[in-house]
Amino acid sequence: MTRPRLSTLAIIVAALAVVPLAGLSGSLLNLMIFMMIIALAAQGWNILGGYAGLSSFGHAAFFGAGAYAMVVLQTRFGVNAWIALVIGIALGALVGAFIGFLSFRSGLKGSYFALITLAFAEVARILANSTNFTGGAAGILLKLQTGLPYLQFADRRYFLLIALGFVAIGLLVSWWLEHSRFGAYLVALRENEQAAQALGVDVFAVKMKAIAISGALTAAAGCLYAQNYLFIDANVAFGSWISIEALFAAIVGGSGTVIGPLLGAIVLLGLGELTKMVSGGIPGMDLLVFGVILVLSVAYSPNGLVMLMKSLGLRAPAKAREA
Amino acid sequence: MTRHQKSLSRRTVLKSSVALTSMLAAPGLLRAEPAPVKVGLLQPISGAFALDGDLAKIGAEFAIKEINDAGGIKALGGAKLELVIGDSRSNAEAGAQATEELQSAGVAAVLGGFASGITLTATQTAARYDLPFVVDCAVADTITDRGLKNTFRFNPNFSMATAVALKNLVKLNDDAGKPIKTVAIVHEDGLFGSGLAKIMQEKLPPLGFQIVETIAHPTPARDMTNVVLRLRALNPDLIVPSHYFNEFVLMARTLQQQRVRPKGIYAVFGGAASSYRFVNEFPEAAQGVMDCNHWGDPKSPITAKLRETVTAAGKFYAYNTPINYSLVKVFAQAVEKAGSADRAKIIEALAANEFDSGIMPYGKTKFDAKGQNSSALPLNTQVQGKDIKVIYPAEYADAKPVFPING
Amino acid sequence: MYSPQIVVEALLNGLMLGAIYALIALGLTLIYGVLHIVNFAHGALLTVAMFMVWLACARYGLDPYLAILFVAPAMFALGYGLQRFIIGPASHGKDNGILLVTLGLSIIIENALLAAFQSDTRTITSDYSFKVVELGPLLLSFPRVVGFGVTIATTILLWLVLHQTDIGKAIRAVAKEKLGASLVGISVPHVYAMTFAIGCACLAVAAGLLMPSFYVSPKTGAAFVLVAFTIVVLGGMGSIPGALIGGLLIGVVEAASSLFLGDSLGQIGIFLIFIVTLLVRPTGLFGARA
Repeated sequence: MTRPRLSTLAIIVAALAVVPLAGLSGSLLNLMIFMMIIALAAQGWNILGGYAGLSSFGHAAFFGAGAYAMVVLQTRFGVNAWIALVIGIALGALVGAFIGFLSFRSGLKGSYFALITLAFAEVARILANSTNFTGGAAGILLKLQTGLPYLQFADRRYFLLIALGFVAIGLLVSWWLEHSRFGAYLVALRENEQAAQALGVDVFAVKMKAIAISGALTAAAGCLYAQNYLFIDANVAFGSWISIEALFAAIVGGSGTVIGPLLGAIVLLGLGELTKMVSGGIPGMDLLVFGVILVLSVAYSPNGLVMLMKSLGLRAPAKAREA
Repeated sequence: MTRHQKSLSRRTVLKSSVALTSMLAAPGLLRAEPAPVKVGLLQPISGAFALDGDLAKIGAEFAIKEINDAGGIKALGGAKLELVIGDSRSNAEAGAQATEELQSAGVAAVLGGFASGITLTATQTAARYDLPFVVDCAVADTITDRGLKNTFRFNPNFSMATAVALKNLVKLNDDAGKPIKTVAIVHEDGLFGSGLAKIMQEKLPPLGFQIVETIAHPTPARDMTNVVLRLRALNPDLIVPSHYFNEFVLMARTLQQQRVRPKGIYAVFGGAASSYRFVNEFPEAAQGVMDCNHWGDPKSPITAKLRETVTAAGKFYAYNTPINYSLVKVFAQAVEKAGSADRAKIIEALAANEFDSGIMPYGKTKFDAKGQNSSALPLNTQVQGKDIKVIYPAEYADAKPVFPING
Repeated sequence: MYSPQIVVEALLNGLMLGAIYALIALGLTLIYGVLHIVNFAHGALLTVAMFMVWLACARYGLDPYLAILFVAPAMFALGYGLQRFIIGPASHGKDNGILLVTLGLSIIIENALLAAFQSDTRTITSDYSFKVVELGPLLLSFPRVVGFGVTIATTILLWLVLHQTDIGKAIRAVAKEKLGASLVGISVPHVYAMTFAIGCACLAVAAGLLMPSFYVSPKTGAAFVLVAFTIVVLGGMGSIPGALIGGLLIGVVEAASSLFLGDSLGQIGIFLIFIVTLLVRPTGLFGARA
């Protein structure tokens, strides 16, 4: 385990906050917002997949719940954007609890858990695609209205700062996990569930809490996505792309670490842009590179970039290797 | 092998357009010539819709060359048009990202968009910069319903197209002595198909058609046999399909196999119904299929030239080429009228004037208060032999409808 | 509401389509039974096999059924190499590692195909594409009938391989007791790779059977892979008879539900079967392992 200090986290967030002030071009600003959204989704994935060792292949279910709540509440019920954001996050936790309740009751883990989360996300996608309430296949649009109450800004640096604020919360949640009894339980059940149970850990309750927090964070990413792009449909909100990007970023960055998901999101998306520039018009090159990086990182750096950096001598504690 | 060369040449074109942009952006260069006007073209150059993006690019490049060869923009002292391509990579975020890139490149306007989802996010991104955006073929009505000042749509929207499709269907049926009484609708359950099915269900019965069944199927579909079996049981006079290329091909093949022979197949924005590839690969299954879709004026000599260019590039011609060709022409006229490459002035000029519609059958293009081209019109086509012919309306038709097709 | 003829035809068609699903699931379940991993690259590998069949037909003018004879060994070799040299070493034998490596591979394969072939759909036109078998008043698609027969034959063949050959016995030994098997001198990595290879060869057969009536694009495999997962779970992960019966069952259920509920809702039906099986009886119909 690597345990960054709070001050380190503060420096990282501050550094990221300074970047937009330096006067980024619109496209870089856009990219950075997207990075933060993916980082947040990945932080959510990391709570469950990284700390608790339950790899989900269907975090789109949470992302979509947040995104749809955000847009549906605002457009159909005239709810204020900020309140919609809170409800969206809560809905993510609820969906997490629902999926968790069903699957953990049946004791699903490993491949089975991955498969069932995938199936839930797909069911959500098909339902959202065919229900009028969610705009059906046409998707739903949010109106472009700038101003603080609408959570849309003429100067998009403000939006970036808000997204960054959420990423900071994600960092704090992970930091807290590493310093709390609850976090220790999670890791214990990842390493050996039976042993944890024997020691008196209420495994079911711990997993339920983990999936609810995980769902809430990823739903927040969904809310921000909807608010930034102002349009969602079933394939965007519940599509497998986000399940995969969240998982990628967390694993490549370092699953079960505080900074991993953020680092992973920045590196992967940055690399993706770079590949696109180098590869010109060849389709699929960026994703191809993602896939290669995933396989390589599982093979050579199963603990992610965070650990790789540590073991390359930035500070090589013996602990890092056993984590 | 040829495939590789193609993508290579596309890459080179892309790179050189970027290089050009940066060269010309350098201040003080070539002071004698008026500064070129940069036009952004947002198209899916990669990803699932890459083929459409390629076709659109060919059309736009053709128009740019024509305009520049004829002396550029007269109102700006012969300023040349310069195409800057933004790759929307066939998805919505990348479309927004590419629009940002076009904005950074300093384009005077963005043309294109192609798919509705991409266009919705891209137009909104452009709206942040008051960057004029003229849509090429995305049909979702909502695109021009949001009160975005910068957004114009050249092509007919969904409601307009279906209204024309229905009108022409009635005429077709009347002319042939009303052979059609029953209709079955087969649609994919996405934006495209569901929307169309809804309108058809509402509008067809008052026109005297009985809808015997509406069948939805997912995309991608693994199998169309069940759909076709139902059609065989119902034996409708007319099948109205609305789906993408693959599913249409699957259905048409299965219809042929299961010997289901309706009196007509009438698609609206049919994925394959106006695709030369479909006609080429499955001539028998494609025979007689009708479509109501974007289509260039078949009688214009430029249409023939564009087709030649597309065929020479080893591709199958489709509507993306004539639309984007015409769109560039409309943009050039707007710049002439604005007398400036200033964005606000271009928006003003687009909103206030009438334009020649290039080779699209739109008569005089005129954008209404919402930014929709109120003269836009889809054409009815039919697969006849190895060709796709226009059968309606009469002023653009180059063939008579063959209807009913099976006796 | 429908004439009995249509219903019978639809169900028969479902049964025959289900056979091809079963064939795809067969490889997946075999790999699961021995390696205890869910191979997320299965769909992408199916796409690879379909492209191989397409190449053989479109470029070299081979008959799609004949092409199986060439594509199956190629897929066998590819599968062996992937497991032996990539999945095995890269995953360090951890469950999570394997999940992620196969997921990564599926993304690599899909996008490599996209880069090589672009997103075009490709079809082949064979003499049988439009042929039907007339069974009294029933019109059955010829490629489907062939598919059904070949699937049954392949399943029997696979059963024989597992029970009559040395490698089959080794595979079953490793599936039952990995440690014990390695103690008696069986090379576990070799057996793993052979299993993966056989699973991929099954995909080649499925690809050959699909191509005369279907199309291929870089994403085609994805359309089948979730159904295959459902079948594997329903039949019991690791069970070969389970995969066959599960496949046929899903095919029939799909046909019936799309006839009476419509194709879109029919899809949800499949996922619900999937979720309910996982929740209520994760061992499936025939699975023994808890």
